Amino acid sequence: MNPVKIIKNGIIDENPTFVQVIGMCPTLAVTSSAVNGVGMGLSTTAVLICSNFVISLIRKIIPDSVRIPCYIVVIASFVTIVQMVLKGFVPALDAALGVYIPLIVVNCLILARAEAYAGKNGPVASLFDGVGMGLGFTLALTVLGAVREFLGNGSIFGIAILPEMCKTLLMILPPGAFITLAFLMVLVNLVRNRK
Amino acid sequence: MDLFVTLMAAIFVNNFIFSKFLGICPFLGVSKKVETAAGMGVAVIFVIALASAATWLVYNFVLVPMDLAYLYNIAFILIIASLVQFVEMFIKKSSPSLYQALGVYLPLITTNCAVLGVTVTNMESNFGFIKSLVNGVGAAVGFALAIILFAGVRERLEKCPIPKPFQGFPITLITAGLMSIAFLGFSGML
Repeated sequence: MNPVKIIKNGIIDENPTFVQVIGMCPTLAVTSSAVNGVGMGLSTTAVLICSNFVISLIRKIIPDSVRIPCYIVVIASFVTIVQMVLKGFVPALDAALGVYIPLIVVNCLILARAEAYAGKNGPVASLFDGVGMGLGFTLALTVLGAVREFLGNGSIFGIAILPEMCKTLLMILPPGAFITLAFLMVLVNLVRNRK
Repeated sequence: MDLFVTLMAAIFVNNFIFSKFLGICPFLGVSKKVETAAGMGVAVIFVIALASAATWLVYNFVLVPMDLAYLYNIAFILIIASLVQFVEMFIKKSSPSLYQALGVYLPLITTNCAVLGVTVTNMESNFGFIKSLVNGVGAAVGFALAIILFAGVRERLEKCPIPKPFQGFPITLITAGLMSIAFLGFSGML
């Protein structure tokens, strides 16, 4: 087991957003600004690391036929904890992310890692897998959020860059999410094909 | 009248796919053919209607009286998971042909964020029982409408020459983006 390799695998080789294309709902929904992207990414990462670790610990006790409901309960518990922490310490972010925080439960990324990795590997390796996948997801959301915020609002992380007249409102409206992600994927495809 | 506005808003203005991004995974995964898209749409309408009713009852008659409202997320997802299982068994017994048609998509509805999304929205907006039900059905009809329309577009897209880097997901997302622009037009309706 090589922690660096597992983490790199999550961030680059099997990036959840650009390569595996899972967890699309939060990716598209909350990335109207870079800050929201970072917030959502890190919240998901926290849940993913904890759930991967715990699921890996209990993987030999759970009967195979009821494993999915068990995974979901573990994930839902951690999501509730994360939601309470956000409400208590960063209420502004909690308000911005709204309904998408409780919806981390049904983020396919988390259940997919539980099923594909944590249910088959040891706790420490699963922990690093959670870190890698979580950071890969955070990176993708941050880039997407930054591009949309730059084009739509003329700023990055709230710092104004473009003058008022250069803003394209469409990019921070829902269609902008689909179109920006599409072009980022095209870019990733071009780079990967060149290698 | 109020309920009618809620229904229309849920179907068109706050369309789950194009303005709230809930249920994107089945939307992208099950939209290659119109028939399967329609089957998925019907199954989602059915499950969301039941889930809206069941979670409202459990939240207001079990969780709130017992001071456990903060556990709503765990309770809701368990209700939805068991509901989907129940619906699956019921359809298998009563209508094997429908069961065949829906196939693997039925159990996957558990992790469709549209279902949990509707129930959480209903709970957070403090909707009454009837209004929760109407909002749920409206959102589900909006989902079905979006996925069927999109499947129609995608069937035609199959035959088009597409530049290599755009093939697969990118062109699908661009198509969805253009449809989303069309749906923006509904936002002035109400």
